[in-house]
Amino acid sequence: MDLITVDHVSKRFPLPDGKGEFTVLGDVTLSVHRGEVLALLGRSGSGKSTLLRIMSGLIRPSQGEVRSNGIPMRGANPNLAMVFQSFALLPWLTVQENVELGLAARHVPLAERRERALKAIDIVGLDGFENAYPKELSGGMKQRVGFARAFVLNPEVLFMDEPFSALDVLTAENLRGEIDDLWNAGTFPSKSILIVTHNIEEAVYLADRVVILGSKPGRIRGELQVNLPRPHDRNHPRFKALVDYIYSVMTNPDIAVTGEVEGPESGAAAAGAGPERSAQRSSGSPFARPLPHVRVGGISGLLELVAEKRDGDGSIPQLAQRLQLEVDDLLPLLDAAVLLGFAEVADGDVRLTAIGRDFATTTILRSKDLFRQQALGRVPVLSSIVHTLQEKENRAMRSDFFLGIWDDYFPLQEAERQLATTVDWGRYAELFEYDAIEGRLYLPS
Amino acid sequence: MKPLPEPESLRRSGSFGLPDLAVILGVLALLGVVAHVGAGSMVSFRPPDVSPTVSLDPRNLPDYAARSTLRMFIALAASLLFTLIYGWLAAHNRRAERVLVPLLDILQSVPVLGFLSITVTGFIALFPGSLLGLEAASIFAIFTSQVWNMTFSFYQSLRTVPKELGEATTLYRLSRWQRFTRLELPSAAIPLLWNAMMSFGGGWFFVAASEAISVLNRDYTLPGIGSYVAAAIAAQDLRALGWAMATMAVVILLVDQIFWRPLVAWSDRFRMELSASGDAPESWLYDLLTTAHIPRLVAEASTPVLEGVDRLMSALLGPVQDREEAPAPPGQERLFNLALLVLIGALLAALLHFVLTQVGLAEVATVFRLGLLTLARVSLLLVLASLIWTPIGVAIGFNPRLARLLQPLVQFLASFPANFIFPFATLFFIRSHIPIGWGSILLMALGAQWYILFNAIAGAQTIPSDLREMADDVGLKGLQRWRKLIIPGIFSAWVTGGVTASGGAWNASIVSEVVSWGSTTLAASGLGAYIAEATGRGDWPRIALGIGMMSLFVVGFNRLFWRRLYDLAESKYHL
Repeated sequence: MDLITVDHVSKRFPLPDGKGEFTVLGDVTLSVHRGEVLALLGRSGSGKSTLLRIMSGLIRPSQGEVRSNGIPMRGANPNLAMVFQSFALLPWLTVQENVELGLAARHVPLAERRERALKAIDIVGLDGFENAYPKELSGGMKQRVGFARAFVLNPEVLFMDEPFSALDVLTAENLRGEIDDLWNAGTFPSKSILIVTHNIEEAVYLADRVVILGSKPGRIRGELQVNLPRPHDRNHPRFKALVDYIYSVMTNPDIAVTGEVEGPESGAAAAGAGPERSAQRSSGSPFARPLPHVRVGGISGLLELVAEKRDGDGSIPQLAQRLQLEVDDLLPLLDAAVLLGFAEVADGDVRLTAIGRDFATTTILRSKDLFRQQALGRVPVLSSIVHTLQEKENRAMRSDFFLGIWDDYFPLQEAERQLATTVDWGRYAELFEYDAIEGRLYLPS
Repeated sequence: MKPLPEPESLRRSGSFGLPDLAVILGVLALLGVVAHVGAGSMVSFRPPDVSPTVSLDPRNLPDYAARSTLRMFIALAASLLFTLIYGWLAAHNRRAERVLVPLLDILQSVPVLGFLSITVTGFIALFPGSLLGLEAASIFAIFTSQVWNMTFSFYQSLRTVPKELGEATTLYRLSRWQRFTRLELPSAAIPLLWNAMMSFGGGWFFVAASEAISVLNRDYTLPGIGSYVAAAIAAQDLRALGWAMATMAVVILLVDQIFWRPLVAWSDRFRMELSASGDAPESWLYDLLTTAHIPRLVAEASTPVLEGVDRLMSALLGPVQDREEAPAPPGQERLFNLALLVLIGALLAALLHFVLTQVGLAEVATVFRLGLLTLARVSLLLVLASLIWTPIGVAIGFNPRLARLLQPLVQFLASFPANFIFPFATLFFIRSHIPIGWGSILLMALGAQWYILFNAIAGAQTIPSDLREMADDVGLKGLQRWRKLIIPGIFSAWVTGGVTASGGAWNASIVSEVVSWGSTTLAASGLGAYIAEATGRGDWPRIALGIGMMSLFVVGFNRLFWRRLYDLAESKYHL
């Protein structure tokens, strides 16, 4: 029997003022098998953290059911433990007391609590730091405490919510390797691992099975089996083929994930996803189509880097590695470049268009002109706002008006971010100006 | 990281030392004082025949001061208990929140001495034949001066507990009690402590004002340092007043050193930042306690007891339930809203009925006019105090050495009860024939001005030195420097100071618009004087009307004026 089963789960949040609902997760079905490392991979907005929290029992699904060992769950699942992105240590408790937290909650006797906590601290290599406070530890050591706190409970499934993304690159690499060693040695304190990440390499390195989530609304696009001997060799051709494949899938939201990866050990089980469809995409209003949250400076910086290469195109994994950028930072930039017609993305490569090349290499004034031309032509929300302002006699409008329109399609926080991004683009293109104190958009005179 | 060998282990191996002796003696002395002072509340009191008197012999002052201090601490304990329960309920129950938070906002605007006027007769009737009634009324007045701030701070801390920490406690299956003791209370500790400390400082004013009070045409006296001052005023004894002021200063310093400092030093462990911070607060007493063995032994011995309490309370309060978890059915929600509306409507109707039958509309208009007068005084005070103290505060704030030297002094002045200085000012007004209508502005300012100075210093310190260097570099001088750099830089701090000062001034108006020296009484025309006189006559409807009007003025002033400035400070002048 599967340890955790997610059965047709969806999650919707009500929009403010009863304007309907915002779908974060739509109809997800998934299981965690005994003895596997499962990775949930997705970009921000794919609802991967929400899915993890539903699976852990922290959030209730709007529809569907989560079962633990076949039994429908109510409230937090006692059979699992979680490692948090931000470590979630209590700063006023020592390492030992933090590790004992779950045991104290289960009223384990004091002596046994001490002993088990010491053993867990030993496993993660923090011997001698039992009486230290979290503030005395480095980031990597703090996350080790997070792992010890989970290990001490011997959970059936260990949940990890982007456990290495708050650490610097070297520390993350080191800790990731140690956790992998522990798993490979067969002495791991849990039967299965579920890791949520946006780091493609990390997913392929740690997981036996990778589930790829799509955005808006969050849903499962497909999954692939890694099928490599553990520990996964990063230089293995199949490893590279998998990483490349996932990159190209994630930069192109419209292709189906088949799991068919060319490589020596091909023939991986393919679980294809249904046709890609999203209600929000097909909606007519220009305000319903979200802009990627990036600054214009970031777009031109990326394009300049791509343009510097002689042939003007680059493999996205290489680009990510060179810039030390996580997928969550890189992909929105690519999305924006594609949206504006500055670049094209195909098969995990990015290629500049003629205008994109011009934009990346010309003077500031000319690049502003180019940006304005592309923005007006290809970003309907900007032209719609300019149009609205032109129709007003005083050529100005309160930003709350536009926020209200976004509010119909997004939760308030996202609506505010959309406004901020749109204002940034509009200002750069000199399409309109914005007075933050009065909250007013107006046409330049 | 600590050098080897660990100081911890060294301490443990040492034997019973001087620190332990000091701790034992200190605890015994404290218990002795509390027992002695506590017994004093049982003095016989049977109005109108027997009433306690206050002797002006300065040798009695330590005893009186100790009694006043005990009142302060009882009120503090009550405030803490109230805060924990009220704040927890408001933060964890969505329905309770919708009633409790606005209610807190209203209670906060009611002048503290108004609570005293309303409740004192009730308290006296509650404990016939002993001082306990007056004692309770006085403690209640101090309680109301401390509690709202603390409750708001606690509620806000609970609502802003980091999300992942909350999730961790849920997922690791902590009970409500465990979540409260391990997560919520620690994360609220530092703001709660600072608020308590500030409110406690303000509380001395009310202990002094509440110990000697005239109600129902009778003067009630509760032995304490406040009634000592009142007696000195009646006897026109300047020497006794001087003694009282000196004693008060000593008490404030002692409480700071023995109580607040160690607490602040101890609470540093509850800082949220996960990295070590530069300078931790220090306290000699805290150092002594951590060096001694006894506290550690006591802590170790009580571990099993605490464990038992943990188990018991966990069983009693049950597991954590998320706020999101049980959404109420819409029908029930509507019923709840309807009940709320009916309740508010009924209260308004009762109020209207009360006003129309008991005092009449004409009186309401008069009281409103008096309120405008007091409002004018408060506003003038704020303008004058800002004009005088802001430049001085900025000058101090820009000079780090001076600031470090003077900041504790200003804090001390802010907590020194201004009503101890009132008699000197009154004497001055009488001698130089200054009308109390103007003089009361000075009296209100005696307490309120320090908040403006204090915040001006703090605000000037937050202006980054790069910005000041830049201003020098581009040659900003005089008025331009003030307009471009200093005023925007200290604006939010000034707003904070202004809100506090205006609250303090409204409170002080009740005791500032009517003052006496010996048998001479000066009374200004204003809302404060109206309330004071109504309290003296025991005229309940007019007390209620006056206090209601003052609360309305405070709420209106806050909503129409301070709230806007606050928003401006948040959006535009945020450094």
